[in-house]
Amino acid sequence: MSEIDLETARKVAHLARIAVPEGNLPALAQELSQILTFMEELNAVDVEGIEPMTSVTPMRLKRRQDGVTDGDIQAKILSNAPDAREGFFAVPKVVE
Amino acid sequence: MSDLNKLTIAQARDHLRAGDVTAVQLTEACLDAIAGAEKLNAFVHHTPELAIERAKAADARIAAGDAPAMCGIPVGIKDLFCTEGVPSQAASRILQGFRPEYESTVSAQLRDAGAVMLGKLNMDEFAMGSSNETSVYGNVINPWKVDARDLTPGGSSGGSAAAVAADLCLAATGTDTGGSIRQPAAFTGTVGIKPTYGRCSRWGIVAFASSLDQAGPMTKTVRDAAIMLQAMCGHDAKDSTSADLPVPDFEAMLTGDIRGQKIGIPREYRMDGMPAEIEALWKQGADMLRDAGADIVDISLPHTKYALPAYYVIAPAEASSNLARYDGVRYGHRATLGQGDGITEMYEKTRAEGFGPEVQRRVMIGTYVLSAGFYDAYYNRARKVRSLIKRDFEQAFAAGIDAILTPATPSAAFGLGEMAEADPVQMYLNDVFTVTVNLAGLPGVAVPAGLDAQGLPLGLQLIGRPWEEGALLNTAHVLEGATGFVSKPAKWW
Repeated sequence: MSEIDLETARKVAHLARIAVPEGNLPALAQELSQILTFMEELNAVDVEGIEPMTSVTPMRLKRRQDGVTDGDIQAKILSNAPDAREGFFAVPKVVE
Repeated sequence: MSDLNKLTIAQARDHLRAGDVTAVQLTEACLDAIAGAEKLNAFVHHTPELAIERAKAADARIAAGDAPAMCGIPVGIKDLFCTEGVPSQAASRILQGFRPEYESTVSAQLRDAGAVMLGKLNMDEFAMGSSNETSVYGNVINPWKVDARDLTPGGSSGGSAAAVAADLCLAATGTDTGGSIRQPAAFTGTVGIKPTYGRCSRWGIVAFASSLDQAGPMTKTVRDAAIMLQAMCGHDAKDSTSADLPVPDFEAMLTGDIRGQKIGIPREYRMDGMPAEIEALWKQGADMLRDAGADIVDISLPHTKYALPAYYVIAPAEASSNLARYDGVRYGHRATLGQGDGITEMYEKTRAEGFGPEVQRRVMIGTYVLSAGFYDAYYNRARKVRSLIKRDFEQAFAAGIDAILTPATPSAAFGLGEMAEADPVQMYLNDVFTVTVNLAGLPGVAVPAGLDAQGLPLGLQLIGRPWEEGALLNTAHVLEGATGFVSKPAKWW
């Protein structure tokens, strides 16, 4: 059985950019461990020489000319922003 | 004419064309039914004014003689579809207040065909769930009821299934990543088809797992599924995985003749602990298809038991990537920040507040299986197993099998809250018969086939060859006719 320890759970939460209170980490670690144990059933499959599936249907993706197809819709793009100012998305200070 | 909301699409179309019903009358009947069904919690955003406006336009089109089959048909749209100017939040708090400036391709095609959108339908948050219990809007309640318990309509398209079963709309859109159309259809005695991956454009549908997601119709009959699917399908330059193939006339393919078709019965779908009723129903379904002239053949799909664990690596991996876009910057919810909080705290607090527990769990699992050091052990291995699962089907089809018959679900609808104490994996088992189809990109349809001893509907699933939805629906049509399933939930809401 796979064991996710508290440190790993904390790291995964941070990588996923989800704030998890310290008190919830043990429960999270346990749940993740259960799910990973379930996934480990895959270790019983012989996958020697098998290519990972990358395309659902044997279809070549269409190409198009690398050109501008849209634009001049600044107001539409910003219309749902939680904080938009002077034509930009606004966020907390990133660079000191 | 009374009870117009109870019509099928085919019946309504014929009445509309004959001129003895108007789209406005149909729409009003559905809006009344919706207003009287608040308890089911199926419709979560109501658009009655827009609906009447579109119904009037549909009536004008019908009068002018320019009416495709879906013209004037009132439908519900799953909240996962972006609809212009109408809230679209994937049943998540993180998209609260989001009103898209654009329309998804599938809902645009329905709109352009004259279909009338009644409103948006409840679902599991980001389509992650099998019971409609992860929604920010609260649970949907199954219109089927046999005792004091409130039952789940299934998920993730639970609102769509409940709305169709309760005659709140003539049909609804659903989406299916691991069984999210077929399992709720089976739990509510309705028909649901997931077409071949690439049949319906995914553009404008909130993404869960891009290599598995497909939209499809949820309807009262197989004929309706054929009519509505036709309007939803087709190539779209805005989705690079959308197939540039002609869409046949699916309804015209419902000939009722399946003589000589080879129907496979996969032995690996006979699960330990499967209720005897489901086993019996499955056998009955095979007998009916045999009576209709099909050859019933035992087949083997040896990697079936690995489909669920492979799915629960691949789907969360894709979800963790897709859901990275919900960062509180461009749309939706942003957490209130404290003194000194920077951009990382903004992301972390926003996503902690915006995502429910199941979505958080899957995003974190996906993050883990894609992280350095584990990518090969989990994600790549799962993709290799996926190749094997697809190959199982390819070999069956190469051996001459036309379609595969399986149960749709391992049980009938269960009570809301009954799985609350179970570990997440128990809930995942709901998808055991449906998830293989998404992994292999095949079309699959759930058809209501009977009632269990409690009086709850049970469904059977037919799986078809890629791009052969027409032949698949024809077989489903024969099965539907043979089972003679006509039961409806008694109105209690």
